[in-house]
Amino acid sequence: MPSPLGAGDRPFDPEGLGVPAPVVASAATPGARAGVRRWWRRFARNPGAVFGLAVFLAIVVMAALAPVLAPYDPIAQGVGTPLERPSAAHWAGTDSFGRDILSRIIYGARVALVVGIVAVLLAMAIGVTLGLISGYYGGIVDTVIMRIMDGLFAFPIIILAIAMMAVMGFGVRNVIIAVAVGFIAPFARVTRGDVLAVKEEPYIEAARLAGVGSLAIIFQHVLPNVLAPIIVQGALRVSGAIITESGLSFLGLGPPPPTPAWGRMIAEGQAFIVMAPHVSTVPGIALMLAIVALNLLGDGLRDTLDPRMRR
Amino acid sequence: MATNPAFMNSSDPVLDVKNLTVEFSSEDGPLRAVDEVSFQIRRGEIVGLVGESGAGKSLTSEAILGLIRRPPGRMAGEVWFGGRDLLALDESALARIRGKDIAMIFQNPGASLNPVFRVGEQMLEAMALHLPEPRGALKERVVETLGRVGISSPQTRARDYPHQFSGGMAQRVMIGMGVSCTPSLLIADEPTTALDVTIQAQVLALIRQLARELGVAVLLVSHDLGIISQMCHRVLVMYAGRVVEEAPVATLFRAPAHPYTRGLIECLPRLDRDGRLGAIRGMMPGLRALPSGCRFHPRCPIAEPRCSAESPVLRSLAAGRAAACHLAEVS
Amino acid sequence: MVRFVLSRLGQTVAVLFTVSIIIFALMRMIPGDPVLMRLGDDFTQEAYERLRGELGFDRSIVTQYLIWIRSVLSGDLGDSFINHERVARLVFDAFIPTLTLVVASVIVGLLIAVPSGIIAAMRKDSPWDYGSMGFAIFVYSMPSFWKGIILIWIFSVYLGWFPAMGYVHPWTDLSQGLWRLVLPAVTLGTFFSGLVARIIRSSLLEVLDQDYVKAARARGVRRAALVYKHALANALIPVVTVIGLQFGTLLGGAVLTETVFAIPGMGRLSVSAILNRDYSVVQGAILVGVLAVVVVNLLVDILYAFLNPRIRVA
Repeated sequence: MPSPLGAGDRPFDPEGLGVPAPVVASAATPGARAGVRRWWRRFARNPGAVFGLAVFLAIVVMAALAPVLAPYDPIAQGVGTPLERPSAAHWAGTDSFGRDILSRIIYGARVALVVGIVAVLLAMAIGVTLGLISGYYGGIVDTVIMRIMDGLFAFPIIILAIAMMAVMGFGVRNVIIAVAVGFIAPFARVTRGDVLAVKEEPYIEAARLAGVGSLAIIFQHVLPNVLAPIIVQGALRVSGAIITESGLSFLGLGPPPPTPAWGRMIAEGQAFIVMAPHVSTVPGIALMLAIVALNLLGDGLRDTLDPRMRR
Repeated sequence: MATNPAFMNSSDPVLDVKNLTVEFSSEDGPLRAVDEVSFQIRRGEIVGLVGESGAGKSLTSEAILGLIRRPPGRMAGEVWFGGRDLLALDESALARIRGKDIAMIFQNPGASLNPVFRVGEQMLEAMALHLPEPRGALKERVVETLGRVGISSPQTRARDYPHQFSGGMAQRVMIGMGVSCTPSLLIADEPTTALDVTIQAQVLALIRQLARELGVAVLLVSHDLGIISQMCHRVLVMYAGRVVEEAPVATLFRAPAHPYTRGLIECLPRLDRDGRLGAIRGMMPGLRALPSGCRFHPRCPIAEPRCSAESPVLRSLAAGRAAACHLAEVS
Repeated sequence: MVRFVLSRLGQTVAVLFTVSIIIFALMRMIPGDPVLMRLGDDFTQEAYERLRGELGFDRSIVTQYLIWIRSVLSGDLGDSFINHERVARLVFDAFIPTLTLVVASVIVGLLIAVPSGIIAAMRKDSPWDYGSMGFAIFVYSMPSFWKGIILIWIFSVYLGWFPAMGYVHPWTDLSQGLWRLVLPAVTLGTFFSGLVARIIRSSLLEVLDQDYVKAARARGVRRAALVYKHALANALIPVVTVIGLQFGTLLGGAVLTETVFAIPGMGRLSVSAILNRDYSVVQGAILVGVLAVVVVNLLVDILYAFLNPRIRVA
């Protein structure tokens, strides 16, 4: 029976004519430069992934250079008349407070990227650690950790984030934590599964016999060997984290106003959809571009980096 | 059992393959996986196709039935069967021949049956495609066929799913399904490779019985010279996409003409010879890096300078014997 | 099969137990004194102590959990702090529209995904493939709330074809109910279709590569029967799993979509409860939402086992 992430369209290889075996790039091995170059050639052949990378880099630059690029102060009210249509002075028009929408979109990229990336890194740090401990030690530790992860996994991510916001109250820091909590369980599961496989390798046994301590084995020997799929997971999850953040913002549970968050901008514009559709639609285009880009980039990384997750 | 009237004249070959070529498009240009292969099979005859994996044996057998996906595959040559060139037929004409006039069984019998349908249903589907009989009669035939290939309590087994069959049982089902429409040709692609030795012997005996009693022509693809020597009348040896030797089975084992065949035979363990087993040095080249001249010359113990320059053609040495080697002697 | 169902049932109970502990712990982590909050203006030390005793807050945390879980198991989710209605009633009333939206979205999603996934796999690397997969990524990446607003803008404001908001039970007024459900279901269903179409494509391609498809072809099975019978019967089984795995995501998407279309569902209920600090409603809503996810996963796993003869007939 095929898995949902089946290996559908591998390059056709009749009777093993010798399509080169997939290589997992690892910075630690000799010949890593050649591996990276080969990976890049495969990656560059995937137009979607290259598009995703380009758009993502553009958004990163936009966020980094926001003070330079933004034509107006994103939270200053009345820089134009309220609900102005797009014009030469305000390329994306103005919102109901007369704020410049383009400037708010540019600054909003900061919020989206910071929340998305930091939340995933946080979830990765916690989830990977739990997965390493769970997989390496096994037994009761494993059972307890994984049962908790099963419980967390049952929560829809946005609902868990809503619950966390209810508990913690508002603020960017709390949004990051709320988004991160939902992504811990997937990281823990992926890591644990890989650790269980790697644990049986002879070199781990050799290190153990040589008297290397458990922690050193986990972080020096196990972790590097399970890293590739974790990185792919991380790349795939950033878009989910940004969607979750924008969803929280849309519900009014995100970073508090007047912080320019894309989700809140879309929500605020909905009331004016008849008179001034640009208020809601334009920030949404930015959000969608970011998510499309990250999804394409993540798919590209998965297809080129991790042979086990190829589809 | 009635014989297919198209093949009443037993001197005509059932299958006549002429210059069959299979190519695949790849990033490095076309790769020729089967190169100008020609052979014939007569009624009741078992012809063996041997060679290492990757030599093009399976592709040759799949190409005969038009099973190769196009693109990326491309085929050339002629495959004459029942007065028609199969390579020139369209998919629906081929579908009428597949399973009816030509049956094929595969290496992995367990994976050759669809896991979500009952075995009986799948046999029924195959029979209903080719036999103009009412469903009730076909159902009886399914049970009867299962019994004939040696499956006990066929009535209940027909209602089982493929995973409830062992590999040997599944291969019997495949053979039963294959011969239920009285084909004139059976293509068996490594039919016993995945099976235990004892089961292997039973399945081979079943195939031999079909050839002898029903006059089915058999193309037996195998990498196992032992099986070939027991089963076949004639043998074709393939190397890197080409036929390098063709001979009656006894002659082939007594006096192999091609150094590659000789190497293969020396690899066989024998009771009447002690000492170490022979081995052919090196590996068969990939299609991306074929050597010049004779494709075997880098591994050949008797290669001469011209072997790396000129490609030898398959030439006749005696009646029914041919080899593609500059150094093979006409007897 | 019976053993499989029993073991899955056991796992489900274990997960629900963990979930209940997580929710209980979350609610205890809320800053502020729930007793004080309930008392409101009638504060006296005596009243405080009495209510504290009534609510069980003077006992150990384990006892508190046991009291809570016993009332939950008997169907009592407490009362709303705000309007003193039964939480179970509020949550049930809000859950029905949400579930209706999710089911409608799954139907819309499958109606789009099955044909487009098949076309993409059948004509791999053709414009059909690129087109339907591009569309899949596009609709999958559009945040549902924004997509909803765009659909309202085009189909309600500009074309005037569908109502922009509101909800009517389809079983009280079929035409009105379905009419109002179209835009929300398309909003959420296209997201789901984007996901499923890609899975159908890759799973179909994998199945078409299997030996049994080649063997069936060698028996003379025609291409149409090969694809629609032999391959699809296998390729659709993983889709069942995906419906289960994504039910949570769909529920989350429904919460957002409802907000756009002013559907009185779980999203509106929980967000207004959070803003009003009505924590027993928040707790009840989350509990029921997660319970639904876990139960659907169980049902889907059983269905998967039933569809897969290797598990059903072991």
